Amino acid sequence: MGEPRRVVITGMGVVTSLGETLDRFWEALCAGRSGVGPLTLFDTTEFKVHFGGQVRDWDGAARFGVKEARHLDRFAQFALAASEAAVADSGIDFAQLPPENCGVMIGSGIGGLNEFEAQHSVCMQKGPSRISPFTIPKLMVNAGSGQVSIRWGLRGPISAIATACASASNAMGDSLKLIQCGDADVIITGGSEAAITHMGLGGFAAMRALSTRNDDPQRASRPFDRDRDGFVLAEGAGILIFEAEEVARARGARIYAEVLGYGTAGDGYHITAPDEQGRGAARAMKRCLADARVPADAVDYINAHGTSTPLGDLAETVAMKSVFGPHASRLQISSTKSQLGHLLGASGGVELIASTLAIHRGVLPPTINLDEPGEGCDLDYIPNVAREARVDHVMSNSFGFGGHNASLLVGRYEPSRRA
Amino acid sequence: MSVEERVIEIVSEQMGVSKDQVSKETSFVNDLGADSLDTVELVMEFEEEFDITIPDDEAEKIQTVGQAIDYIEQHAHAK
Repeated sequence: MGEPRRVVITGMGVVTSLGETLDRFWEALCAGRSGVGPLTLFDTTEFKVHFGGQVRDWDGAARFGVKEARHLDRFAQFALAASEAAVADSGIDFAQLPPENCGVMIGSGIGGLNEFEAQHSVCMQKGPSRISPFTIPKLMVNAGSGQVSIRWGLRGPISAIATACASASNAMGDSLKLIQCGDADVIITGGSEAAITHMGLGGFAAMRALSTRNDDPQRASRPFDRDRDGFVLAEGAGILIFEAEEVARARGARIYAEVLGYGTAGDGYHITAPDEQGRGAARAMKRCLADARVPADAVDYINAHGTSTPLGDLAETVAMKSVFGPHASRLQISSTKSQLGHLLGASGGVELIASTLAIHRGVLPPTINLDEPGEGCDLDYIPNVAREARVDHVMSNSFGFGGHNASLLVGRYEPSRRA
Repeated sequence: MSVEERVIEIVSEQMGVSKDQVSKETSFVNDLGADSLDTVELVMEFEEEFDITIPDDEAEKIQTVGQAIDYIEQHAHAK
């Protein structure tokens, strides 16, 4: 078997609490601005948590038309909007490519929770005969991928990954492999999530997984900090265009970065708690480096999973030390969840975009709210202030409930590499 | 509001078209691009609005706004 095909990133699109254009998103991340604020999607009076990373002023009907918007759960609207932005950014014209060589692989942890809850209420209040015929096609976790494929008539591999908060990263890893082996030339990939609902907020709060810093929401997401007390629920989408290098080169595309490797591994330990030694996370990072054939000490920056939970941030730190050894202290690390909160199954998508922009624009976004590192959290987490730095190899980590660990490595694109 | 006005209001809202694009002759599928699920949902909206039950075999025959109005006018009073 010959060398795997090279895969590059040619387009990116976001829907986040910090903006819906790459420039606004990136500028806010690097300025250390928080997108966290009071939740207004529904009345949270009875809930323990009243804040999150909500996408503000979202108007699906204005964007997609009344009829189309009613066919799309909020999470699928985010997926479609971010995909449209990524496709436009890439300059790709799907009419010029064989549709059977183009795919979609969009992860979501939960799928159409808004629709599920709305129709469950209808069923209980008005009876089962009142359930909307769009209930299932809106709530299913693959609705995002399906709708995006229909938007451009793409007929290659179309799938969805549901590995909780690792969904987008697993989706992008699978996309890398599909393009490397020739099953697809272009894949629209990443993740989308809209789980700020009664059940989403209440369910995570019941697990004691969320920060309850209601009096100071913008300071609530504080990865690796001593006073971190849980993650901040957020929503949105991060979508990238993964493209075979030769296809991107042939159409003269702007190439942001190369996707060099992917590693994934399980904890096989507990449905929500991380393995305290971070062994699954470490195995994912090691497999990623091996897959990329890049030595550990070549990694410059890691966009950490860093959710701001007491156990998770420590386990990730332990895992990074075990993988990188003495180089761990030279790594520059940050968690952009400090600005955005946790987009669950979409988080890996927006974070690979941040990782890619770090290479492309030469700035490393900070970990905000990191005032006093927690016990055992003794690496360089780029506290509070962005850094200008040339980075060539960037890793992005995502870990999900269920014990899913996924790491991706992106690198500066060099046409001569492996040539 | 007459039955006709109420039906046209529902159709225009559900299908995302202005009311002047909807007349008695308007076909849900041919003129408004409704798919099978849109059609099911429209019938459910008529049932809700007019407090009637439209059996599936009757619903299948309702393909235009006029047919919907006729069916509703014949059955809404019977309740």
